[in-house]
Amino acid sequence: MGEPFEPRIVAFLCNWCSYTGADNAGIARMKSPPEVLPIRVMCSGRVSPEMILRCFRAGADGVLVLGCHIGDCHYISGNHRTAKRIPLVQRLLSYVGINPERLRLDWVSSAEAPKFVQITNEFVQTIRSLGPIRQELGLPRMGGGR
Amino acid sequence: MEEPRIGVYVCECGINISAMVDVQAVAELARRLPGVVVARVYKYMCAKPGQQMIQEDIRTLGLNRVVVASCSPRMHEPTFQQAVAEVGLNPYYLQMANIREHASWSTEDRQRATAKAGRLVRGAVFRAAYQAPLEPRRAPITKTALVVGGGVAGIQAALSIAEAGYPVYLVEREPSIGGRMAQLDKTFPTLDCSLCILGPKMVDAGRHPKIRLLTYSELEEVSGCVGNFRVRVRKRARSVDEQKCNGCGLCQEKCPTKVLDTAYEAGLGQRKAIYRPFAQAIPNIPVIDRQHCQFFTKGRCRVCEKVCPTGAIDFAQQDQILELEVGAIVIATGYALWDPAGLAQYSYGLSPNILTGLQFERLVSASGPTGGQILTFEGRPPERIAILHCVGSRDVNAKPYCSRICCMYALKHAHQVREKTGAQVYQFYMDMRAFGKGYEEFYQRVQEEGVVFVRGRGAEVDVLPDGKLRVRAEDANLGRLVCVDVDMVILASAMEPQPDTDRLAALCRIGRSPDGWLAEAHPKLRPSETATAGIFLAGCCQGPRDIPDTVSHADAAAMHVVRLFNQGEITISPTVAQVQVEKCVGCGECILVCAYSAIQRNQHGKAEVNPALCQGCGTCAAACPSQAIQSLHFTDQQLVAQIDGLLEEVFGTL
Ligand SMILES: Cc1cc2nc3c(=O)[nH]c(=O)nc-3n(C[C@H](O)[C@H](O)[C@H](O)COP(=O)(O)OP(=O)(O)OC[C@H]3O[C@@H](n4cnc5c(N)ncnc54)[C@H](O)[C@@H]3O)c2cc1C
Ligand code: FES
Repeated sequence: MGEPFEPRIVAFLCNWCSYTGADNAGIARMKSPPEVLPIRVMCSGRVSPEMILRCFRAGADGVLVLGCHIGDCHYISGNHRTAKRIPLVQRLLSYVGINPERLRLDWVSSAEAPKFVQITNEFVQTIRSLGPIRQELGLPRMGGGR
Repeated sequence: MEEPRIGVYVCECGINISAMVDVQAVAELARRLPGVVVARVYKYMCAKPGQQMIQEDIRTLGLNRVVVASCSPRMHEPTFQQAVAEVGLNPYYLQMANIREHASWSTEDRQRATAKAGRLVRGAVFRAAYQAPLEPRRAPITKTALVVGGGVAGIQAALSIAEAGYPVYLVEREPSIGGRMAQLDKTFPTLDCSLCILGPKMVDAGRHPKIRLLTYSELEEVSGCVGNFRVRVRKRARSVDEQKCNGCGLCQEKCPTKVLDTAYEAGLGQRKAIYRPFAQAIPNIPVIDRQHCQFFTKGRCRVCEKVCPTGAIDFAQQDQILELEVGAIVIATGYALWDPAGLAQYSYGLSPNILTGLQFERLVSASGPTGGQILTFEGRPPERIAILHCVGSRDVNAKPYCSRICCMYALKHAHQVREKTGAQVYQFYMDMRAFGKGYEEFYQRVQEEGVVFVRGRGAEVDVLPDGKLRVRAEDANLGRLVCVDVDMVILASAMEPQPDTDRLAALCRIGRSPDGWLAEAHPKLRPSETATAGIFLAGCCQGPRDIPDTVSHADAAAMHVVRLFNQGEITISPTVAQVQVEKCVGCGECILVCAYSAIQRNQHGKAEVNPALCQGCGTCAAACPSQAIQSLHFTDQQLVAQIDGLLEEVFGTL
């Protein structure tokens, strides 16, 4: 192995709870892993299977989807859809040889900055232990990069 | 798509960003990205000179996209959107990269923070290239309000809106407005007579030129949205012509048919088949109870018709359906009382001397069945009375919540018993919740009146063979069981949501909290709004509260209505879902997932979004199997571009 594995992780954060939770973590100067790259969506319900697959296709080693706790979705029931959808995508992932643990769904309220930090750290750990996704798929290591 | 000409503006935020992120390196990276025309660094991008710098570049360099890399969009997105709009660039061409909260403040290592900031900026630049202009829509407002429920909450809200100059329809399903407060005798802690303070308000509501009372009426349908709702109200047939009736009351006096009054008198008294619920009823017009009236059940009698001096009785009257147009709706449907028969240990229903708090209100009221004398069912003055707090409240087997008013009305009842009779009062309570202004003082006062307080939930009421009632409880202070025999038991039973709350919530597309009450938009900051714009909550329909809190809540709801009407028109956000008709197969998946009923099938069987109802969550876009719905400003293309920008390398195939 050459240089150490720097995982790349996309985190879809809903505007009302999880994105705010992440903001609040920053405001409190809590440190969270820089491998996690947030994308703001209005609701976790916006995160389609296509978006998740696109992340993996574009080189993500893991995808995190964070939304409001069940019952707290700003759009009443958007996260109910997320809760149903993500396990399905996990099954699809394992079907094509991607460890379903590379996709994680969790709930983080705006008041749960410490939980945001905890989940992102845990997830980076998980992804590190799983190794690069290219390796898992038996693809050659990237040379050079852009 | 026109050729993107993107400007990137990296903020130092004093040193908040520059201390941990190499802002020059980030700007340098941005300059090499496709479509970027200019990238600049500035100390305070949100300050006037920063904004002017952006505006100047838009003008002179012909920028058509702007990316600001600074703090959270939750902080300054509106600021920069407005700045670009001021020089004629559509605000939806702006994108932000949050390199403060999500990079400089959250990362320990300068190199890694810079790398992350670079990725966030690249994601924003890639995304910006696909952003499209959107126009908010404006619509005029129908400046008339609908208030549903004519209790003290609804009356207060209607009066406040009307006083601000806007017309109000006040819909009440009972024959008179007034609600529960009209049934009460006195009100804690000041002990003013309930109808003496409510009555004038009822009269004001009844004769206010801007208020139209629709009593004996119910809401049947609500469509449209904030500013322009269409509602259908069923005005049930009173069988009395409202124009002709002069309210003399002769019909009621002469009617031969007596009916147990389970509504106003809570089952303790009787009324006639043609009746006004109470003497001060507004409007002062009776109704015929068609289920009991002998003309309607047996086809004979017509006594009321014969005695009516104005010929107002109209047996053939039909229900009327009214179609109303209103700009805002206040829900003020109040509460129901939980039936203590639901917990067998209270023996409710097994003895006529076991009363609910509301029944006691009628018993002690001068207008009640005994003329205000506190008597047992057998007509004797009671010697001992037990009052049980928290009956059904704070009880996992009934209602887990505190009903908030029972402690205080139970104290009021104790006071009234002591005042009117010599009876000994035993008060069984768990905790005394005397939370309001003057309430603790009232508690003190009742303690001094010689009431016996037993700390411990009244656990059981037994009806003894001689008709006496035995109350058992555990005295938590003494740590032993106590047992008292009494002549009358008053159960301070829980408040609960109206039984038709489900239907009402569905009609108005508003939510309910887990305890069943109607849900406010935010538990602390938006207590009288709902998740549906233009629909507000007043009073106990949102949760248990006493009269002072009900009135404040109602005024808050009225203020929201007036504020909306004063705006004159509504702005509808353009970040809504949009259907690409060619792709839609009409499967209806989006209709199922939409929490706002904003999507319907049109006559061609295709999904159609009502942009006025759509809140822009994007759940339908993610659910559509044909990718026929786009969530504007969060389109697939935009998100994919952002993903690609965040993640450096791109695989060949997966
Ligand atoms: C025994 C008892 C004693 C109390 N004593 C006191 C006291 O001393 N002091 C105090 O501050 N508070 C007291 N309260 C509390 C008080 O009753 C409430 O705070 C107050 O009545 C709440 O007013 P409201 O308008 O929200 O609801 P309500 O009084 O319940 O009025 C709701 C109205 O809406 C109507 N309605 C319901 N559904 C519909 C529908 N679908 N369509 C049309 N109309 C509808 C109802 O018919 C009713 O008229 C007492 C309560 C009880 C039970
Ligand atoms: S808004 Fe947070 S999950 Fe729906």
